Amino acid sequence: MNIYVLIKRTFDTEEKIAVSNGKIQEDGAEFIINPYDEYAIEEAIQVRDEHGGEVTVVTMGEEEAEKQLRTALAMGADKAVLINTEDDLEELDQFTVASVLAEYLKDKEADLILAGNVAIDGGSGQVGPRVAERLGINCVTTITDLKIDGSDVTIVRDMEGDSETIKTSLPLLVTAQQGLNEPRYPSLPGIMKAKKKPLEELELDDLDIEEDDVEAKVETVEVYLPPKKEAGRILEGDLSDQVSELASLLRNEAKVI
Amino acid sequence: MEADTLLYRGGSFLYGPAEADTVFTPEDFTEEHRMIAQTAKRFLEQDVRPQNEVLENQDFGKVKELLQKAGDLGLLGHSVPEAYGGLGLDKISKGLVGEMLGSGGGYSVAHSNHTCIATLPITYFGTEEQKGKYLPKLASGEFLGAYCLTEPNAGSDALAAQTTARLNETGTHYILNGTKMFITNAEFADTFITYAKVDGKAFTAFIVEKDFPGLSLGPEEQKMGIKSSSTRPVIFEDCEVPAENLLGEVGKGHVIALNVLNLGRFNLGSACMGASKYGLGLTLGYVKERRQFGRTIADFGATQEKIASMAMRIYAAESLQYRTAGYLEEALGGLYDAEDQGLIAKRMMEYAAECAVCKVYGSETLDAVADEALQLHGGYGYIKEYGVEQMYRDSRINRIFEGTNEINRLLIPMNLLKAAMKGQVPLPDLVEQAATEMNAPQVEEIGPVSREAEAVKAVRRVFLMSVGLAYETYGDKLGEEQAVLIKLADMAIALYAAESAVLRTEKAVAENGEEREKLKRHLTQALIDELLLSVEMDARQLIQSAVDNPQLGSATAAVTAELSRLQRGGTADTKRKIALAQLEAGRYVS
Ligand SMILES: Cc1cc2nc3c(=O)[nH]c(=O)nc-3n(C[C@H](O)[C@H](O)[C@H](O)COP(=O)(O)OP(=O)(O)OC[C@H]3O[C@@H](n4cnc5c(N)ncnc54)[C@H](O)[C@@H]3O)c2cc1C
Repeated sequence: MNIYVLIKRTFDTEEKIAVSNGKIQEDGAEFIINPYDEYAIEEAIQVRDEHGGEVTVVTMGEEEAEKQLRTALAMGADKAVLINTEDDLEELDQFTVASVLAEYLKDKEADLILAGNVAIDGGSGQVGPRVAERLGINCVTTITDLKIDGSDVTIVRDMEGDSETIKTSLPLLVTAQQGLNEPRYPSLPGIMKAKKKPLEELELDDLDIEEDDVEAKVETVEVYLPPKKEAGRILEGDLSDQVSELASLLRNEAKVI
Repeated sequence: MEADTLLYRGGSFLYGPAEADTVFTPEDFTEEHRMIAQTAKRFLEQDVRPQNEVLENQDFGKVKELLQKAGDLGLLGHSVPEAYGGLGLDKISKGLVGEMLGSGGGYSVAHSNHTCIATLPITYFGTEEQKGKYLPKLASGEFLGAYCLTEPNAGSDALAAQTTARLNETGTHYILNGTKMFITNAEFADTFITYAKVDGKAFTAFIVEKDFPGLSLGPEEQKMGIKSSSTRPVIFEDCEVPAENLLGEVGKGHVIALNVLNLGRFNLGSACMGASKYGLGLTLGYVKERRQFGRTIADFGATQEKIASMAMRIYAAESLQYRTAGYLEEALGGLYDAEDQGLIAKRMMEYAAECAVCKVYGSETLDAVADEALQLHGGYGYIKEYGVEQMYRDSRINRIFEGTNEINRLLIPMNLLKAAMKGQVPLPDLVEQAATEMNAPQVEEIGPVSREAEAVKAVRRVFLMSVGLAYETYGDKLGEEQAVLIKLADMAIALYAAESAVLRTEKAVAENGEEREKLKRHLTQALIDELLLSVEMDARQLIQSAVDNPQLGSATAAVTAELSRLQRGGTADTKRKIALAQLEAGRYVS
């Protein structure tokens, strides 16, 4: 089976994030594989181990993303591809990323493509479905279980707490939700082997893509941190006084009613 | 490669400077190092930590299970050669795994006991057959190992062992008799590296398997901490050990025992440093939440002072650990497949003083951190569920095993004196030179840590001067003056810590610029501020006990003049900045 996993390098949102000059400060930030993409990688490895084939991890972005690709190789993926747009593109949005990835994938005859449900930084959840759309293949998002039998596929997907079982067929793109599996972390032998696995680096030129055709459609107007959480307040006094005080605070201070 | 071709001679920090670009620092980690560290960290956080309660209840089956999982991940085989089923990684990786697992309490002890002292004797001193038979299993976790040196009457004086070995008449087996005390991993160990005296005289190492007839275990000890590591006596009653399980040579057991301990001490330092980082992290989380007098306790100056002190010590511990790792790698990196046991032994002994510093500085850093971490948790620190109570109990053993801190301290100046006796180090000349250099006009401040670099030189001069004074008084009997030797050791430890931090900061600033390395500079400045004072105190105490009037006054004045000219104002402010950086990050940062 020919399996592809789309992964993204994100900063660790558990770390402190600083914004200056309308940009997130990357200095000193810790970077990781987007956690949802880890489920995708794990599932890809399990599917390969069961059905045979090869897992290729693909990312798009800057040179530094090579580290996350190496980690995926160390987990057990077979090959990696970095589409390096550092020199060609300044802004990336979901349209750009999906267009480039789809262009790369179109002649790869992928049976199964996995991606994370969302990236924890941007949080749009769009790239996976957009790629599927462009490739004209089936797409199921937020999956929590995947069974493949020949080209028949049975999927359980998370529906905001409920679950839905879907039957579909390959070729297919799925996005991984928490609960799909328990992602492994690389073993030391895995890390050593990863050094010798192929990691291909491509630029837009190699894919015959014109920068203008994939130019971002989203414009970033402002970047700011959420307001600091203030200490809560406990109202006191008669219940009816408390109610009217609450109503007045909601109207005048919080301005939500 | 001869030992003499090593770039850095073991123990030479005591009498000569090093250059920043020759030391390894955490800033030099490769991507692979980081990935290895990450795996060890995830193993600890995802697999070990959640089992803490089970482990603390001494469910040794769980410990064994975790060790085997560690084996699957390659975390037991980092220091076993590739040819024998391991990974043959460098000593930096060994240090990183030790650091990352360090906060695992008893599990961490069980783990490093296995990978270090229970496996390394075979790695470096085993025959090809022994390596082939045992190493792959020890690397995978199929076999777990123990190390039997200590006896009821032979603790620090390990070579006084009373366990005996006698070759049977047919020459097929050695018959061992005796009792070993406090043996870590005894409960589930498959192999026991055991020291015994052949015919009651020749101290010799053996590989004993658990099923060899005549081996039995005494009861599990009831310990203060590290409860998830098993500690039991191991008893040999006419225990039959096949002759081919003799390790190394008859009468050369001490070579193995002492050499392997060096790597054990280095590793213990790494583990303590890692545990210290964890302790600081726990504390930062707590002081930011806990409110008293209408403020978080993190707001109080007294808290910040403690936080900064912890961070400074950790910075120094980290710097000296990885500096030592670099030296060990240079000395031992190429020797995984070496046959020349003499060379291996020489190389393992080369950095005995540095490894002793790692052990002492690391274990005392952890004790200091655990103590203040508990203090900052107030009454909650004394209550089990907050985790620091366990850390406090677990920490204490590190000053005792792998050679007590006293034994390790004594070794540092004694090694120097012995090297001087053998004419390997021109100590009288060095002492003389230090004396003439004292009070030399201060160099201009040029670099970001030039005052600190100058302070390192001053500390070295004071150390050498103290060695000289002590020698003048006691002559060849100096080796018996332990109170004086311990003071010398304290100065030597301060010197290695200070120099390692300064060199690291210099290197980082050269690489990344002063602005980005501001915090490292602050950590180094404040560390030096305090070490200057503690070294002055040590030197003056030494002078008070070793020197008589009228020289006493002039010697004291010389020490004070040399060190106080490098004093700096503003320590409190620097420490506040250090504390704020730690608080903001919520974990140890440098
Ligand atoms: C939990 C635990 C696990 C252990 N695991 C192992 C293991 O796996 N394998 C193993 O072989 N051993 C193990 N040990 C033993 C440990 O290494 C010894 O306890 C240690 O070396 C000290 O020996 P001792 O207890 O006999 O103390 P002693 O040697 O009696 O020391 C008592 C005190 O006297 C001081 N002292 C002794 N000699 C001198 C001297 N010459 N000069 C100045 N002061 C001196 C010491 O510093 C110490 O403060 C373990 C111990 C414990 C508690």
